[in-house]
Amino acid sequence: MLNIIFFARVKEELGCGGLQLEWSDTLSTLDALQEHLCTRDNGRWGEILTEPNIIRAVNQSVVVGDTPLNANDEVAFFPPVTGG
Amino acid sequence: MASSSATTPAYSPSIRSLVTVQEADFDIAELQKWLLSGEADEGAITTFTGYVRADKNGGDILYMELEQYPGMTQSSIESIVAHAGERWPLLAARVVHRVGRLYPCDQIVWVGVSSSHRADAFSACEFIMDYLKAEAPLWKKVFNGLGGYWVEAKASDSSRAGRWSSKHGK
Repeated sequence: MLNIIFFARVKEELGCGGLQLEWSDTLSTLDALQEHLCTRDNGRWGEILTEPNIIRAVNQSVVVGDTPLNANDEVAFFPPVTGG
Repeated sequence: MASSSATTPAYSPSIRSLVTVQEADFDIAELQKWLLSGEADEGAITTFTGYVRADKNGGDILYMELEQYPGMTQSSIESIVAHAGERWPLLAARVVHRVGRLYPCDQIVWVGVSSSHRADAFSACEFIMDYLKAEAPLWKKVFNGLGGYWVEAKASDSSRAGRWSSKHGK
């Protein structure tokens, strides 16, 4: 299972804190997973998940560019950080 | 940050350090005491305390909610502290970051480092704070009389962190 989680404004706009999807050949990269998620809710998720400054993390490490996904990976999508 | 491991660390990253992400308030005197080990080579402690400002973007705020990524927020700050320990001869480092509901004038974050000399302690404290603001997964939502809004990330925060990497030769 891929464990997908959202934070902050992304979570609020999607109306979803996270979901689980079965890993498969068609969901074997981060870009493929994102494309799949973008089709949800008649494409509404795509407007939120394709914002240019969205940050993607796999297993709690920020990823720049595409990367392969393995079964049981944790994938997070979140907006730019504003702590401190 | 991850790419900086290509350069040989100048100092051991295995300093005494502790990072905590918590809802509870913190006692600055207790944290400073934690930094002191009683060793004779301790010559300097530099600390930073961040507070909730009452007027964010010109409007009075009632409170803010700070959201974290459980696990990653702490490990991200731990990694920043480890990089500071590789770059400056530190003796100890301590970071506390609060999450949850915070009100104006509340303490949000505390960074403290100890070293033999003040220059290293000043630099390392600022480095940790700059990278924490630029990289640690934390998000502020501000609530005023009209409702709530997410604080936008500032380009100046990432450029402050960027100053260190140009000197670091990443």
